[in-house]
Amino acid sequence: MTNQRARARRFGDDINTDYIIASTRKKETLDENVLKQYLLEAVDPAFAATVRPGDVLVAGANFGCGSAMEVAATVILAAGIPTVLAKSFARSFYRNAINNGLLAIECDTTDIIEGDSLVLTIDPSGTTIVNERTGRRETRPPLSGIAGDILAAGGLVPYLKREGRFVDRSSAPS
Amino acid sequence: VTARSQTISEKILSAKSGGTARAGDVVVCDVDLVLGTDASAPMAIGYFERMGGTRVHDASRVVFALDHYSPPTSAATKGFHEQVHRFAKTHGVRVFDVGEGISHQIAVERGLAHPGMLVVGADSHTVTCGAVNAFATGVGSSDLAAAMLTGQLWFRVPETIRVVLEGARAPGVSAKDVALAMVSTLGSDGAEYHALEFTGSGARGFMLDDRLVLSNLAVEAGAKAAVWESDSVLDSHLARFADRGEPVVADRDARYARDVMLDVASLVPTVALPHLPANTVPLAQAPDTPIHMVFLGTCTGGRVADYHEALAILERGGGKLANGVTLVVTPASSDIERQLAADGTLVKLARMGATITMPGCGACCGTSGVIPGDGMNVISTANRNFKARMGNATASIYLASPAACAAAALTGRITDPRAFA
Repeated sequence: MTNQRARARRFGDDINTDYIIASTRKKETLDENVLKQYLLEAVDPAFAATVRPGDVLVAGANFGCGSAMEVAATVILAAGIPTVLAKSFARSFYRNAINNGLLAIECDTTDIIEGDSLVLTIDPSGTTIVNERTGRRETRPPLSGIAGDILAAGGLVPYLKREGRFVDRSSAPS
Repeated sequence: VTARSQTISEKILSAKSGGTARAGDVVVCDVDLVLGTDASAPMAIGYFERMGGTRVHDASRVVFALDHYSPPTSAATKGFHEQVHRFAKTHGVRVFDVGEGISHQIAVERGLAHPGMLVVGADSHTVTCGAVNAFATGVGSSDLAAAMLTGQLWFRVPETIRVVLEGARAPGVSAKDVALAMVSTLGSDGAEYHALEFTGSGARGFMLDDRLVLSNLAVEAGAKAAVWESDSVLDSHLARFADRGEPVVADRDARYARDVMLDVASLVPTVALPHLPANTVPLAQAPDTPIHMVFLGTCTGGRVADYHEALAILERGGGKLANGVTLVVTPASSDIERQLAADGTLVKLARMGATITMPGCGACCGTSGVIPGDGMNVISTANRNFKARMGNATASIYLASPAACAAAALTGRITDPRAFA
């Protein structure tokens, strides 16, 4: 079980991947440690400089919509942000997050505001998010099946290095 | 065992997983066609190597298209191209080089994608290939690497929303108008995690190029795939290819999440206002807006029929661009460019003052082509109008049909193209 206290960094609905990192930035380098200085610049040019390692992104619906570009997930991680909470995720971003070990949790983010202190407790039964300002608590179940196995392995690279292929344990005979 | 009550998506994912796939199931599928681009393959090559990959599972199923940096305009983009070429040569992967076109456009026009296929592409607009009765979806670079390495990917089988097209389009209404209306009706996340299946008595009124537009825009409502039925329209496209696949038909009692009715006959020319494709209004009710740049191109609006539609309006309006308007033309592929050159369209557009650029993604996401200036308003046949999408956060992007874009080029303002009917 891990317990993290994290500062919420609040964004709205429909944060597309071009907002997370612009295609025009990615065109010049794929180095996340360079790209992270442009994180979310289209929404807030000053944002990247204010990120502290351990901050958590909090958004509304449809986070990561638009392009399927994977740097959108890896740049968030490179900035030191281990977790994104959103009401919902675009599916391509969600897959990319899992594949890189970025924790993307669908939950009710309505009452979370910029700067809230959140306590995330992550254990095999799921993730519990407590907002220390409001006292609101929500527990979300862990990912199951292959997606859960990939995330638990730390991403698709360690998963495939270990397994060699996708293994669906739910339909395996034992 | 005959599976019953299945949607087209469930049937394709069943066939590719060797079982009975139902919405909600997680399945591991053999992938028929894997598409990578210069924007996604370089990162995928990195994942592939870190996964320990030494050989591509089946190189005959993998295709790379150098479409986003077309032409490359920096040492970095040229380097990406060289990296992709090197990997492709080592592993025997086919590359469509700079200027040959956009990955999913190539997949359709060269018959690489056909009915019954499972197509994945590391480009969100891979959904476009759903127009040929295939299940086609966009993934990131790590999934592209995994598909190259293992020949497989895992999928959660999506529920399907049936999009029922009724009636015929009125004169002056384009497939793009229908597509924008669809995205607006569904909402920007209304089809999240879902597949779309197009049906209805009006579907036959949509030619293949029109279907590509609707499938393409489906991802702007979050759709995972956007599949058309197989019919005579599709047959006539497939006729010139040796491999035509196997049509996939939904069962009569297939289960759908819901139906979305589109009364096509009632639709009017439409524009998506900044900064979201779902943010549409009827063009006639759009705020009076000056236009500084007009972009005719992309995997949404860069096909032969699109340029013919635009040229017809431009010619009817006298063929003179409004003062201060830049018209940029970027065909979606070299095949399209050749046809437009042969039929005289390109030279006519050039004589009007259009800037004609190399086929590919062009100005759509600011990766090649013309970048709008500060504070400029752009009207575009593309699919995304996110702030900064074209490389300038102070520009505003409006999405509309080729006809509406042409009308704006003539007047320098957002204009209902029916004014030139």
